[in-house]
Amino acid sequence: MSQTMTKGVNAPAMNRHDFEDFLYMEAGLLDEWRLTEWLALFTDDARYMVPSTDCTDASTPSDSLFYIADDRFRLSERVLRLNKKTAHAEWPHSKTRHMVHNVRIRSVEGNVYAVTCNFVTYRTKNDVTNTYIGHHEYKIVVGADGPKIAEKRSVLDLDSIRALGKISIIL
Amino acid sequence: MTEKQSSNSRSLYVIDDGDRGLFKVARTAFVEKDVFALEQQRIFERCWLYLGHESEVARPNDFVTRAISGRNLIFNRDSKGGVNAFYNTCTHRGAFVCREAKGNSKLFQCFYHGWAFSNEGALIDQPGKDAYCEGFNDNGSSNLARVERLENYRGLYFINFDRNAVSLDAYLGGVKEYIDLVMDQAETGMEIAGGTQQYAIDANWKLLCENSIDGYHGGVTHATYMDYLVNTVGGMTNSGMGGGGRQLGGGHAVIEYAAPWGRPVAQHVPAWGADGKKDVDAIMTRLIAKYGEERAKRIALMNRNILIFPNLVLNDIMAITLRSFYPLAPDRMHVNAWALAPKEETPTMRERRLFNFLEFLGPGGFATPDDVEALEMCQRGYKNLRAVAWNDISKGMNREQPGTTDELQMRAFWRQWNTLMTAKEAAE
Repeated sequence: MSQTMTKGVNAPAMNRHDFEDFLYMEAGLLDEWRLTEWLALFTDDARYMVPSTDCTDASTPSDSLFYIADDRFRLSERVLRLNKKTAHAEWPHSKTRHMVHNVRIRSVEGNVYAVTCNFVTYRTKNDVTNTYIGHHEYKIVVGADGPKIAEKRSVLDLDSIRALGKISIIL
Repeated sequence: MTEKQSSNSRSLYVIDDGDRGLFKVARTAFVEKDVFALEQQRIFERCWLYLGHESEVARPNDFVTRAISGRNLIFNRDSKGGVNAFYNTCTHRGAFVCREAKGNSKLFQCFYHGWAFSNEGALIDQPGKDAYCEGFNDNGSSNLARVERLENYRGLYFINFDRNAVSLDAYLGGVKEYIDLVMDQAETGMEIAGGTQQYAIDANWKLLCENSIDGYHGGVTHATYMDYLVNTVGGMTNSGMGGGGRQLGGGHAVIEYAAPWGRPVAQHVPAWGADGKKDVDAIMTRLIAKYGEERAKRIALMNRNILIFPNLVLNDIMAITLRSFYPLAPDRMHVNAWALAPKEETPTMRERRLFNFLEFLGPGGFATPDDVEALEMCQRGYKNLRAVAWNDISKGMNREQPGTTDELQMRAFWRQWNTLMTAKEAAE
């Protein structure tokens, strides 16, 4: 990580290369099913969202039906659930491969970075491979202890999820 | 008359043995192409099928396009306020006249040769019109074709491809009581909240009919959801899981029961805090004033999983979902799901409702993915049908009033399915 400091903020500035490292690490934790460690990448007030495919950029979980709209509590419950054998859709665990591309810093306000990237995530279970295609929109807070995800909005670039069936993994 | 006394029949697909208290369904009904083809003729060509909600075409010229049972349709409100269902195909060469999922338009114009139709379906323009004979469309045969029947009950629009079908009102019959209990939650009418869940399941569609009204699987399949409820702030609300299943005639069926989750109309849970309590109490007061205490409490505190034969599910649980689904093959279906909510609901309550919806329902929820997995595993299990040929749906056949975790409501579906599929018909 770059050692230069952002003006007025007691935190290291991050460049695209740093965020690529961070997002590759996040993807790796998901692929290895190290979900408790993955959850630790998020702030205490974090949100994780997957809008329905007919939602717009302006849609929010308060006015529209999403596929997933977790606050931090429900996100931690999602992780607890996925770690159980009784999460039947994901037991035995599916094999996933999270590909992250086109990482861009879109804006910086203080120590809050808006970062976007494209993704392709493959999930294989029961001999069926599903391909999740889309882009992530992150709000990442960079503090003294490094970057934390305050918001992750995973937008599927699909007309429906008929080809996927369900979103039982974390994108 | 008890179920035991009333039932006694045997077909290729269903053994309904009241004397022995047994109800069996042949696994061939979930896999055979002949069954799939006959279902198209006997069920999907004749039953009333859900098209959409009035709020989706609230303003003049609003439209949505939707695939229903293999047809591509336009559901719209025309310039004069009338609601229509058209086949989305140009009467000239067949191309879609509308290629958007939803919008607002006075006109549907085919992009191939430019034929244009009003939103009441009339052919109003053809490029090079002078090359057609006078009176070309005098009989209206080149107007957009209307779906044979379109009727509405309390804002739910249904279509029927059979011109001679009974009225929707007569078709719904006994299930109207339960639709009313849902619709009466709203003071100014219901609306679909933005966002549609459009997914698919690699399983026979009838498995989802069963699953949507199955109280038996909840504790096992959805163990992780119950764990989650326990962990929420203040835990679960103190309510029994008492209730029962009913067959409503015509294959319609319901389970009605109390449950420990929050209901926007209107069962408070500690996670909603003091403000939530105030909101819920206000809704309850209004319901009591309008419907009296007994009905108000039934509306607000009871949950309902309603199956409207053959393929519309109206589940009034921790939120309200409308869900319909169509088979593409014996082992695959497309599913559409929406959230229904009172128009007058406050933004805070709407937020709670949608949050509630997603904790259980839909392809990213804490429950539906496990249902999907279960249905797909059933379908795979049917590969063994030559060794194990029958499903069992007997639970509760020994009881006067089967409970929520019994299977009466599923037997109601199968009895109607069996009647339609095995009736002797002169034309065949």
